Amino acid sequence: MKGSSVKLSCRGVWKLFGPDPEVFLARHGHEPDNESIAEAGLIGAVCAANIEVREGEIFVIMGLSGSGKSTLVRCLSRLVDPTAGEVIFDGQDLLRASEAEMIEIRRHKMGMVFQHFALLPHLTVLGNVAFPLEVQGIARAAREARALEVIDLVGLKGRESYYPRELSGGQQQRVGIARSLAVEPQIWFLDEPFSALDPLIRREMQDEFMRLQNMLHKTIVFITHDFDEAIRLADRIAIMKDGWIIQIGTPENLVTAPATGYVAEFTKDVPRAKVLSAASVMEPAGGDYAGEVATGDKVADIAARVEAADRPYAVVDDSGEVVGRITRQAVIDVLVGRDSGNGVKP
Amino acid sequence: MTAGTGGIDFARQLARQPLAVWLLALTAAVLFSATTEDLLPWAHKYPRDWVLPIRFAITDFMKWLINDATFGLFTFKEMTRSVSWLLDWPLTAATSLLSTGLMRGQGSDAVQLTPPLAWLAVLGVLAAMGHYARDWKLAALVGGCFLYLAMFGQWDSAMITLSSIVVAVPIGIVLGLLLGVLAYRSRWFGLAIRPVLDLMQTVPIFAYLVPILFLFGFGPVAAMTATIIYAMPPMVRVTMLALRQVADEIVDFGRMVGCTRRQMTWKVLVPSAMPSLMVGVNQVIMLSLNMVIIASMIGAGGLGFDVLSSLRRLQIGAGLEAGIAIVVLAIALDRLSQAFATRSQQMHHERPGNWVLRHPWLSFALAWTAVTGLVGLFLAPVQTYPEALQITTGSFWAELVKYINVNFFDVLEGIKNFFLLNLMIPFKRFLLDIPWVMVVGLVTLAGWRLGGRTLALLTFTLSMFIAVTGQWEKAMVTIYLCGTSVLIASLIGIPIGIAAAQNRRVGRVVQVVIDTLQTLPSFVYLMPVVMLFRVGDFAAMIAVVAYALAPAIRYTAHGVRQIDPNLVEAGVAAGCTRRQVLWKIKLPLALPEIMLGINQTIMLALSMLVITALVGTRDLGQEVYIALTKADTGRGIVAGLSVAFIAIVADRLIAAGSGRMRSRLGLGQEAGAR
Repeated sequence: MKGSSVKLSCRGVWKLFGPDPEVFLARHGHEPDNESIAEAGLIGAVCAANIEVREGEIFVIMGLSGSGKSTLVRCLSRLVDPTAGEVIFDGQDLLRASEAEMIEIRRHKMGMVFQHFALLPHLTVLGNVAFPLEVQGIARAAREARALEVIDLVGLKGRESYYPRELSGGQQQRVGIARSLAVEPQIWFLDEPFSALDPLIRREMQDEFMRLQNMLHKTIVFITHDFDEAIRLADRIAIMKDGWIIQIGTPENLVTAPATGYVAEFTKDVPRAKVLSAASVMEPAGGDYAGEVATGDKVADIAARVEAADRPYAVVDDSGEVVGRITRQAVIDVLVGRDSGNGVKP
Repeated sequence: MTAGTGGIDFARQLARQPLAVWLLALTAAVLFSATTEDLLPWAHKYPRDWVLPIRFAITDFMKWLINDATFGLFTFKEMTRSVSWLLDWPLTAATSLLSTGLMRGQGSDAVQLTPPLAWLAVLGVLAAMGHYARDWKLAALVGGCFLYLAMFGQWDSAMITLSSIVVAVPIGIVLGLLLGVLAYRSRWFGLAIRPVLDLMQTVPIFAYLVPILFLFGFGPVAAMTATIIYAMPPMVRVTMLALRQVADEIVDFGRMVGCTRRQMTWKVLVPSAMPSLMVGVNQVIMLSLNMVIIASMIGAGGLGFDVLSSLRRLQIGAGLEAGIAIVVLAIALDRLSQAFATRSQQMHHERPGNWVLRHPWLSFALAWTAVTGLVGLFLAPVQTYPEALQITTGSFWAELVKYINVNFFDVLEGIKNFFLLNLMIPFKRFLLDIPWVMVVGLVTLAGWRLGGRTLALLTFTLSMFIAVTGQWEKAMVTIYLCGTSVLIASLIGIPIGIAAAQNRRVGRVVQVVIDTLQTLPSFVYLMPVVMLFRVGDFAAMIAVVAYALAPAIRYTAHGVRQIDPNLVEAGVAAGCTRRQVLWKIKLPLALPEIMLGINQTIMLALSMLVITALVGTRDLGQEVYIALTKADTGRGIVAGLSVAFIAIVADRLIAAGSGRMRSRLGLGQEAGAR
């Protein structure tokens, strides 16, 4: 997805709770540190957040509870008004948009999925999914036709007349997903969508989510507290702690070059073979090769081939040029989690 | 400067020594009252000359409102009269349908064009509602209740009462809902309405009957207005609470799909809050029924009028029959509305087929009404329950009372005298003897200790109001009656509550009994009490205890049940006996909740006290009641406000105390058993 345009970004976004946070920020030139925030009796939910979400990517914001991730996503959708900063969506600063403009943007361009589903208890599946369209004033026949399409898309065909309470958690979240997709949003916020589900169902829903994304290619901001989930789904991950974003990068970046010990703590147990690509474990080119692998191939996917061969594989980039080689030893090092000394620290 | 800081230091030190403060204050108080009787007589009895003429000011204001107040185009009185004209329409429609039939002409010249709904039609439709809302059992219960009304000759009065209920309740619900929504959406309105609601729920109903009488005239419409005003506040509160309790995510969702404010309220918030809102609906129905008898004082007919007139003529039997009829009606409507509330939380799929198949209950109700209506034209027993089959128990009750009074007079009298001589009269003397200055001082001190300066200011102002309006002695009599009643209610209620929480079977029985007790309109408690103990303070106290018992039991049981089972297990593991578990673990932890129960008991006791003025107490309730009979607005409102202020002071002090206790025990802030 590299090179595609930025869909949603935020610059210098602050959300402080407590007395007179604007005055406080202005006094500290919009760059207060943690100590002065605490001294002023304020709580920094989001501190100086800068992110850029590119068209068509899955951008995951990962953090433990209380890290400010939920507040940040609510700043991005302006459910919460940030104390300072700007949120640019499609070139427009959302913080300057009027209430009426925000209603229009939310109606047509944004979709959101919630941790506890937030389904309306008095409406059926059909009623819930059609609700965003009803709010827009679309006639019953048209909105129900569209709702049936998305219900089919998430695999709930035949349950249209059920009420939320009659469905399992996974099914309820499918309704939540269908509902958020009914308006064909340009940006899709998912706030810990699978956290309230059992581990097995969670796995199934993650696969379902990836299936949908491969069809729809939405621009996605995905919130989670589960690092494995982040690694599985993300194109890029932002890690948050105590309101601050400590690192933004691809899963591979985070594993190969964690910015702090805190990040390293998360990446420690990640199955590296699934994250690391050939490019990050290759050594300088030379000798003859058993075959070719691409720079972006994950070690797990090429391991069998490289191991079976008695000579190294060539690593070639997009233009077909050989940029390095990958040895059987390097693959085995990754698989058993041994430090091979080329920048990949466990 | 040094003296000032020294004072503050001293105050700070005191604040850390809770017991010392009270010992100091009480010693000072005792010394004060013992030494100053002759020196400062004004501190003991509030001097008559110092009474501010607030009540006359209110009366004058009322006169101005009625005679001179104007909005330019129309006067205030014209406005209220047009409101009552507007309310008259639905009421006439409902009365025609249920009671009188469609009439043409006025008074005795009126000609009946069509008969009212046949009794079998009403019974059938309500039973069908019972079946729709729950099952055959409820249908049988509701049908049985209405059959009772017919059999015991209460049908006509009951229908008059029912027609005012079916108009008052929807209006109360809609107004309450709208005000609640407004209070939720607008911060300042929410803040402004809270004290108004507090007052509306604590000022005794009698106090605002007089202004309503002036503004709306005497008659069913005025009575219905009073009923609506009385029954609406809980709906406002429930609405505010229910909307605030809607999950944040649902609110976020509504905003994310781009709801306007209106869509947010009516398409997201109100439907999501529906189960909680139904609690408010039930409350409105029950309060409207509670108001039935009182409303008959300003012109409502029906069962309430029957009770009141037989009570006045001391026809216990007839009064009791009509009273029981109100209870029967209340039970039917209560169960029905509760069933509708639970039904609204369940799922219901649309039935396939044509209109009749899709709406079986409605179709039945319409068909049944038509059939009974037609048959009733030719067959009188279908239209009106035949008089020959009516049963009356009036003479039985009269005989029973006579029997009890003849055979048990000495026993009953003995009980009464024992309580009067040993508990009530000494307590009354004590309260009347304490200097008023001291009481105000202690109440203010309690406010400061429990809730800081704001609460101290509030308790001081409210208690001073009672003194400066010259209500002190009557207020003390009120406190004495309320105090003894609450004491006895607590002594009975708390052990029952504990037993109910400890033992499942006891709990279930107690639950049924409390639910029934709370369905009874307050007036009903008076009748058996008067039968047994005649009039006076003791009779009043028994009625108050019976009426106010329920919350003491309910909150205690809830408080004991909600204790973290781990703590109890920890106690058992540490080798506590059952008694030790109860006294050392359960009761201390349940105490904040029990205090809230006592708070509720006080509130109910005060509201009942005003009604017991009918059996001859000499307190603020009597003052309000006299004002009503003399149509003296100012006197009624001043006395009513005094009752309200006693309630508010007690409520705020206890709530503050309970809140402190909760935070000390590390329990959550949210309060309340339901």
